[in-house]
Amino acid sequence: MSSVTNAQPDHFEFDEISEGEIITILAKYPPERKASGALPLLYVVQNQMKRQTGSAWVPTVAMDAVARRLEVAPIRIYEVATFYFMFNTKPIGKYHLQVCTTTSCWLRGSDDVLSACKKATGIHSIGETSEDGLFTLSEVECLGACSNAPILQVDNDFFEDLDGPRTEVLIEALKRGDYPEPGPTINREACAPEGGRRVLLEETGSGQG
Amino acid sequence: MLSDKDRIYTNLYGQNDWRLAGARARGDWDDTKAITDKGRDWIVNEMKASALRGRGGAGFPTGVKWSFMPKGDGPVPRYLVINGDESEPGTCKDREILRHEPHKLIESALIASFAMGAHASYIYVRGEFYNEARHLQIAIDEAYEAGLLGKNAAGTGWDFDFYLHRGAGAYICGEETALLESLEGKKGQPRMKPPFPAGAGLYGCPTTVNNVESIASASTILRRGASWFSGLGRPNNAGTKLMAISGHVNTPCVFEEELGVPMKEIIEKHGGGVRGGWDNLLAVIPGGCSVPLLPKDICETVLMDYDSLRAERSGLGTGCMIVMDKSTDIIKAIARFSQFFKHESCGQCTPCREGTGWMMRVMNRMVEGRAEIEEIDMLEQVTRQVEGHTICALGDAAAWPIQGLIRHFRPVMEERIRDYKRQHGGPQQVQLPAGTPVAAIAAE
Repeated sequence: MSSVTNAQPDHFEFDEISEGEIITILAKYPPERKASGALPLLYVVQNQMKRQTGSAWVPTVAMDAVARRLEVAPIRIYEVATFYFMFNTKPIGKYHLQVCTTTSCWLRGSDDVLSACKKATGIHSIGETSEDGLFTLSEVECLGACSNAPILQVDNDFFEDLDGPRTEVLIEALKRGDYPEPGPTINREACAPEGGRRVLLEETGSGQG
Repeated sequence: MLSDKDRIYTNLYGQNDWRLAGARARGDWDDTKAITDKGRDWIVNEMKASALRGRGGAGFPTGVKWSFMPKGDGPVPRYLVINGDESEPGTCKDREILRHEPHKLIESALIASFAMGAHASYIYVRGEFYNEARHLQIAIDEAYEAGLLGKNAAGTGWDFDFYLHRGAGAYICGEETALLESLEGKKGQPRMKPPFPAGAGLYGCPTTVNNVESIASASTILRRGASWFSGLGRPNNAGTKLMAISGHVNTPCVFEEELGVPMKEIIEKHGGGVRGGWDNLLAVIPGGCSVPLLPKDICETVLMDYDSLRAERSGLGTGCMIVMDKSTDIIKAIARFSQFFKHESCGQCTPCREGTGWMMRVMNRMVEGRAEIEEIDMLEQVTRQVEGHTICALGDAAAWPIQGLIRHFRPVMEERIRDYKRQHGGPQQVQLPAGTPVAAIAAE
């Protein structure tokens, strides 16, 4: 669970983009059940903070704004925001490097990916932000793309089938301001075996079944 | 081995267009009304006859689950909730449906909801699957645009809305009642059962929660007939299943296969064989980290299906294998799962909240060998005290991998402890931190 720091802004207001998103979100739930919007609205906050400050996180005042909008007690939003790991309750770097180290990734070399992240960013331990403010390094639990292990999640994108050197190349690209195409970093089609599909060999999908 | 003509997921690798036009070319949304015209009872009975068992891990028959919903139309709304919180370590199959076959899922959700009298369905997709959720949302928007969702969805006469809800990084939300709590905007802490969701689920209304794959398979099963599906696989283990291989194989991948095929054949065919050859195999975890591992000698002959794996005191789980070769530190591999469960325990029940941390700490010592031989028995006993003493199955899931390790690899654990003692001296040092120099102890 993440803990709240005291480097908090004293004001938060939803901007126009966020207001538009909130209308779409709240239309999904029965009007008397708008508390269901807690997770989606916290995402809205985090994205807005990213737009406005370059750091995707959820300040306490924004949790209050979410609580007011959903007409629930602020504590209901605080407990949600701190229960779920994807909400950052303190500022993070421009890029959030999330290394999966659970067994499937570990077996395929996530230790190398983690070391490469540290080496390329100058970060010494997990949870830190690099001195240039570009990267925050996190260790995450299974990302659910185990056939493409090991995985590094950068913000919302999975970079797959990594090793140490390719991880460094990726981070160097990010430093230059490039953003490589997410997905497998080896010659591979999604989750198909490396070297080509062994089944579903017909090029055009035909019929049901 | 399954032939291509019997595959449900023909765009598994995204080799063709995943959008509406591509899905239609593959047969999705083809006269959906013809299926719903056969009526609710026919659909539920056909699903029962197909013998499809839940693809999320528990293996409960899907058709039977559907039949638990109240009969007729009541004043309270009903919901179909689809569990796309795929977070079980080793498991990566629903991801492929979400990003490459979203229309199969949406159409099947319409049919399932019609059969259960639900006018709305929510799908809960794990937060990390951002791009997968993006595909699904595009597919939902296309379906609304084409009149396949909304009022008189797909011309079936049934009004049906389909909503996407993203999680935010909590494994526990894959437990169905925790998922419902999360969908209601709360912390994902499981509810006591009963009441079961079919009686009081989402917003207190009758609800069925199904795995993504269980739902997405429905449209094809209903089109091709229950007997086609039940004719595949083995009795009580019918049909095809999405499986995956990760770990020490030459070509990790996701694929669809018939149930009841020997594990060895699957690893050879789809996984391209164990790295370094079959004889280099140490163990396989057959279905996500919650099921106990199987050593090589069992892997030689075991079939990949619910009952065969259960007979070996393991389970099919999600059908996603983790293969480990002889270079693996098997104790460390399992200790990593203990860390996972400690991280993901929701903290509601004491045996799990405290037990997962305790088990992790002991397992970490076992990795070093910094333990006593008797502690292996103590660890085993503690797993038994966590198992079955919690509201949900996370406690069980945390206990089973350790039990499997002790059952099959106890000699390795003992050897590790003896090695440590050889290098570090007697039993009195057991509780000291690793690497404490002997001189420091003498000085105390």
